[in-house]
Amino acid sequence: MTGWQMLLYKEVLRFWRVAAQTITGPILTAMLYLLVFGQALESHVKVYDDVSYTAFLVPGLAMMSLLQNAFANSSSSLIASKVMGNLVFLLLTPLSPWHWFVAYVGAAVVRGLVVGTGVLAVSLLFAVPPLAQAPWAVLFALLGAALMGALGVVAGLWSEKFDHMAAFQNFVVMPMTFLSGVFYSIHSLPPFWQTVSHFNPFFYMIDGFRYGFFGASDVSPWLSLAIVASATAGVGLWAFLLLRMGYKIRN
Amino acid sequence: MPAISFQSVSKSYPSPRGQQGGTFLALDQVSLDIEAGEFFGLLGPNGAGKTTLITILAGLARASAGRISVMGHDVQTDFAAARRALGVVPQELVFDPFFKVREALLFQSGYFGVQHNEAWVDELLDNLGLADKADVNMRALSGGMKRRVLVALALVHKPPVIVLDEPTAGVDVELRQTLWQFIDKLNKQGHTVLLTTHYLEEAEALCGRIAMLKTGTVVALDSTSALLSAASGNVLRCSVDGTLPPALASQARVTGRVVQLPASDAVAVEQYLAQLRQAGLQVQDIEIRRPDLEDVFLQVMQQHPGRDDRVAP
Repeated sequence: MTGWQMLLYKEVLRFWRVAAQTITGPILTAMLYLLVFGQALESHVKVYDDVSYTAFLVPGLAMMSLLQNAFANSSSSLIASKVMGNLVFLLLTPLSPWHWFVAYVGAAVVRGLVVGTGVLAVSLLFAVPPLAQAPWAVLFALLGAALMGALGVVAGLWSEKFDHMAAFQNFVVMPMTFLSGVFYSIHSLPPFWQTVSHFNPFFYMIDGFRYGFFGASDVSPWLSLAIVASATAGVGLWAFLLLRMGYKIRN
Repeated sequence: MPAISFQSVSKSYPSPRGQQGGTFLALDQVSLDIEAGEFFGLLGPNGAGKTTLITILAGLARASAGRISVMGHDVQTDFAAARRALGVVPQELVFDPFFKVREALLFQSGYFGVQHNEAWVDELLDNLGLADKADVNMRALSGGMKRRVLVALALVHKPPVIVLDEPTAGVDVELRQTLWQFIDKLNKQGHTVLLTTHYLEEAEALCGRIAMLKTGTVVALDSTSALLSAASGNVLRCSVDGTLPPALASQARVTGRVVQLPASDAVAVEQYLAQLRQAGLQVQDIEIRRPDLEDVFLQVMQQHPGRDDRVAP
């Protein structure tokens, strides 16, 4: 194993060791959403013909869990290492900023995909959504996880204590994921909120991912792909540049 | 080629008065070379700039001016090669609570690109008295054991240059002996060692050459023997049963009842004893000895008042 591969392996092992907290917990949470919202709204909401509301929910919940956990992995690892002081062991190594980036974002993608796949697998007990355009689903899952892993790197570097991280998570990540159309189609929103939703990159990740299942979406999957790919590249570049300048980790 | 070369290294931070735009000059034009195979001591009072110099050497901070190289590799422009040549034992007692000792060592080996390192990891564990802790989680170790792991982590890639930043601060006698035996062995094998410590008897015993820093500048740089032989006069050591008069207290090293005063000749000794008697103190266990490194250190620090202009507006 080369240096970055070892860091990637260590970062994956870090969340795997506490799988009850990092994998099982988020899957259970998603199942509770599915159970409660599915039961409560099954007979009241119909988004696509021939698709039950519970089946409609499944891809959105899987993607939401994937995004949140990809973010949580890189951000929590960095902030914990900074607060504990053990980041110094990495800072003393010859690993380049690019190696850090690949390892942290790579581990975030792995965790996001594991949780997302887990949510999908357990959801099959409740509803079986079709997988009409599987490559689109895989593409959006990978891009979304990478985007959130890179955003987690940014948040982890910026945060100086756990309070900062909680604020980032509660006031940026959570609202944007919940207001992204996980539980509804944005066509059901008033015009103003439809417009607002179009400025939320999370909406395009969810909508594009859902296209992979139903072959139908609120906006063109090509538009979603362009926006999500651009956002991933932009946030990835931001995270890389912060790593290269040693933002808040090298004086 | 020196193992470590500091060339006109300066470092300034935003001062605690940073809101007003002030800066604090932590290091001012520090230049010194440490040759391959040396056991070199970097001494100075708290705030002298020792740890700042080491953090820049290790790439944890960047110099405001100047250049540092390790085995000829610039720590900024050729950082990967410089860090491969360097093993740093940090001052803070830090650890990763997720992993066991052996895992942590193998991860660290991997970050340096060292593969199949189990044999050397076992040797490190044996030499540092950690063999029975190899499969224990880092959280479960005592402070002394964590310190040993820090040393092992710094040596895991067999660096030619080893930097120890106050490695024996707050550790027991057994660890000190184990650690110094092992480091001395590595030094004899050709590893260069840079040590910072406040335990001057350790520096005197181990270091062949010493630099003393005060307020960010080098105020003494010589071989340990030259520093000791250049120290003026002798030292009067005795025990007293009360508080020293102010005139003596300002010159004395006081440890409990034991008082040590620099005495250039017999007249000075007689004058000290007379002053002690006049103060009504009972003097016992009188001894005249040659100055040790602590005496030299105190003399050097008194001779160099240090800068009082480190904070600039």
